[in-house]
Amino acid sequence: MTAVPLQPPRRLVPFTLDGTETRVPEGSTILDACRSAGTDIPTLCQGDTLTPKNACRVCVVEVEGARTLAPACSRRAEEGMTVLTDTERVRHSRKVVLELLASSTDLSTTPRAAEWIKEYEAKPGRFGADAARVDEQPKIDNDLYVRDYDKCILCYKCVDACGEQWQNTFAIAVAGRGFDARVSTEHDAPLTDSACVFCGNCIEVCPTGALSFSTEFGMRAAGTWDEPAQTRTTTVCAYCGVGCNVTLHVQENEIVKVTSPHDNPVTHGNLCIKGRFGFQHVQNRD
Amino acid sequence: MDLRFTDAAPDAAERAAVDDLLGPPPSGWEGGTGRSDADLRWARGGASAAKDRRDQLLPALHAVNDRVGWISEGALNYICRRLTVAPAEAYGVATFYAMFSVRPRPAKVLHVCTDLACAARGSAALRAELTDRMGSPGSPADGTVWQESPCLGLCERAPAALLLRAGQDPARDGQDPAPAGADGSRRAAVVAPATAAALVTAARAPEKAPQEPPATAAVPQAGDPALVLLRRIGVVDPASLDDYRARGGYAALRRAFALGPSGVVREVLDAGLVGRGGAAFPTGRKWQATAQQADGPHYLVCNADESEPGTFKDRVLMEGDPYALVEAMTIAGFAIGAHHGYVYLRGEYPRAYECLSHAVASARTRGLLGPDVLGQGYAFDIEIRRGAGAYICGEETAIFNSIEGQRGEPRSKPPFPVEKGLFGKPTAVNNVETLVNVLPILEHGAAAYAATGTGTSTGTKLFCVSGQVDRPGVYELPFGASLRELLVLAGPPERLRAVLLGGAAGGFVRPDELDVPLTFEGTRAAGTTLGSGVVLVLDESVELPRVLLRIAEFFRDESCGQCVPCRVGTVRQEEALHRIVDRTGAGAADDIALMREVGQAMRDASICGLGQTAWNAVESAIDRLGVYK
Ligand code: SF4
Ligand code: SF4
Ligand code: SF4
Ligand code: FES
Repeated sequence: MTAVPLQPPRRLVPFTLDGTETRVPEGSTILDACRSAGTDIPTLCQGDTLTPKNACRVCVVEVEGARTLAPACSRRAEEGMTVLTDTERVRHSRKVVLELLASSTDLSTTPRAAEWIKEYEAKPGRFGADAARVDEQPKIDNDLYVRDYDKCILCYKCVDACGEQWQNTFAIAVAGRGFDARVSTEHDAPLTDSACVFCGNCIEVCPTGALSFSTEFGMRAAGTWDEPAQTRTTTVCAYCGVGCNVTLHVQENEIVKVTSPHDNPVTHGNLCIKGRFGFQHVQNRD
Repeated sequence: MDLRFTDAAPDAAERAAVDDLLGPPPSGWEGGTGRSDADLRWARGGASAAKDRRDQLLPALHAVNDRVGWISEGALNYICRRLTVAPAEAYGVATFYAMFSVRPRPAKVLHVCTDLACAARGSAALRAELTDRMGSPGSPADGTVWQESPCLGLCERAPAALLLRAGQDPARDGQDPAPAGADGSRRAAVVAPATAAALVTAARAPEKAPQEPPATAAVPQAGDPALVLLRRIGVVDPASLDDYRARGGYAALRRAFALGPSGVVREVLDAGLVGRGGAAFPTGRKWQATAQQADGPHYLVCNADESEPGTFKDRVLMEGDPYALVEAMTIAGFAIGAHHGYVYLRGEYPRAYECLSHAVASARTRGLLGPDVLGQGYAFDIEIRRGAGAYICGEETAIFNSIEGQRGEPRSKPPFPVEKGLFGKPTAVNNVETLVNVLPILEHGAAAYAATGTGTSTGTKLFCVSGQVDRPGVYELPFGASLRELLVLAGPPERLRAVLLGGAAGGFVRPDELDVPLTFEGTRAAGTTLGSGVVLVLDESVELPRVLLRIAEFFRDESCGQCVPCRVGTVRQEEALHRIVDRTGAGAADDIALMREVGQAMRDASICGLGQTAWNAVESAIDRLGVYK
């Protein structure tokens, strides 16, 4: 949830969550309710700054009386609803979804994927060695960031961030259909020929590491990426008067990537090319 | 929005195709050649104007694809300039639809059906022979390319093929569309039943391909006085409004005006009409809910994207009695308070498109559509939008996205269409068969209508019988007739193996289960579904594992790709069916267990009905027919 100052008070909706009577402000999703109750629900395509596409279906829960499971990230709590978040049926779907994803894409840089795979006893290997995979090579067509769609779970976050929900640039969209659907520029043109303005707001929201700074991509390939050894410093971008917050990720005294705090009520984690990528001059020492 | 274009420019034909649809570009900003001084001083349009035109994207893509055969980078750029759409988005839309190509291809594309009914009637052999004579699918030769296609909705004449030829259409230059076959140009030719020789000839000279038989050829019961929905097929001239009126047409609309909107809704509620698309939702309740919405405008959408393999009844209705749909839509629009109705028609139905376009145009000239329908002060008009080869666009919310110029991906519900449907406004979506039922309800009253059928399934139902029967076609029977009675009419095979009810998302029935009553509740109790009325009859000669594999391939191809359980699940299901295609017993057990697990998650966690039902038919074949025993 984004912090919005001076929100008018909202009506409370009573409903039952895992057997406990709960009240949440009207308009809250089941996921919001779970998070404030301390119930951990796995999510992938949900993002704190975006309207979820509810496409990954890893967050499904059981709503009593419904024929199918419901995505906790998007379904709003309704008065009198009875929600169960950890039934056999729920666990089964989460497990299979994780298996389907892990057997078709590379989840090695998706935070928490390994933990959930263990928790739900998912066995992606059981579809056999011949199971079709997304099979994409990293696209390196500019100096700033890399698109490694082998890791893409098609969560639509980058598309939404680039388009309607934040940037209004519409440089990328989903093309193709079904298992062949891919995030793509028009005619798969290099980013440098597309409308991309290199704000990197897609990288900010990507939940899998499919989109990453060239610095991070190179260091991972070289085996020198060491996240625990990095420091993070949040400061103010000095390029223009907007004054966005930037968080500098520093490893061995070098800035390796730049993110931005999502809870900033003005920028919500978004930056422009200068704040996001214009850090090289800081570390040119001669 | 920052629009950025590559240097690729449209050629004259591409430009003309788009301009014929949208009119000449008003300024250099929208792709006019050369920029005038005035252009440099005034910027027009802007984001909200662009939003208003986004729904022209699909028609514009069609325009180029119809004229040139494929959509080049230059053409896409031009469309985007004209409509202020980002090229990446337009590319995403163009690549969503199977009938569009973003790579060069010949003007003539021959679609050869590989689906269930055609497979049961020799399409594999046909395709093998075609490969010998015309090369492999997808490789162009002699100005034609042939490709395998999902069900073409011509199942009664299986194996079927459809030839589409790109080029200028002389018959449609600025005039009202002529009824099918009236011009010599032949933009499309249906060859069914097809032989390889006939296909080669048709590909060489589409104009010489034999004309299709009239719609009545698909109705073995034609002329039977007991028919209700099909009563005019073969009797009325589908191109003549006068003939339609002479045969009882527009009596129902007059009655509707006498009853008023809420009176019409009441009548439909009392008649017990439920949707014929498969979900069996009460039509009157849907109309009432839409009519009551304070937000406006309200829209009516007729779902004519009949793509369920084995279904062709809506095609027959639209080709044989198109004014019935026009009248029924006018009544529905009146009931829900809509002034604009859309028909979302399958792209693979060129003749239905011609028939319906002609009917709409002539109804408009005669004041039966337009600002003052029948002089009653009610304004209503109909617009036909063509799909472009995507089964998923038959899903009621995917239709909205498709009409709006977005990728045809289903939306999540809630909100439901009656609250937020097309363009975010209250919308009632009904399919063709459901709508035409409204005519007998109003002509003879709810009570008379409800006297036919059973208590919960009232009226008559259309069934699309295909496969190994003597007389395939559309049959109309009162609800409650048994499957056996239907098969007797159609002439069942000697050694019946199974009947697939409800299509690819339906379920199989064994030869010893033919007494199942054909009602929504009866089929449900028997563990299957009426679905959209598909009755595919298979005899002992059919290799069931291959039928199942085709069903799985179909869903893999047609998944929109939005949600994980369906996008990847359909692929895993197909892989498993491939592995066990020649196996039984213990050799298949592991893969069957795997499919059950994946199938359960698809049913529980997919966004829309496609993913939720994609495993139904295969599961029923395993459990009821014991296919891999
Ligand atoms: S690239 Fe990242 S953000 Fe974009 S769809 Fe793929 S996983 Fe999601
Ligand atoms: S990130 Fe861009 S917009 Fe924000 S302060 Fe820096 S230069 Fe200005
Ligand atoms: S179930 Fe399949 S077709 Fe439906 S939204 Fe999901 S991916 Fe798309
Ligand atoms: S997090 Fe809810 S569907 Fe992805």
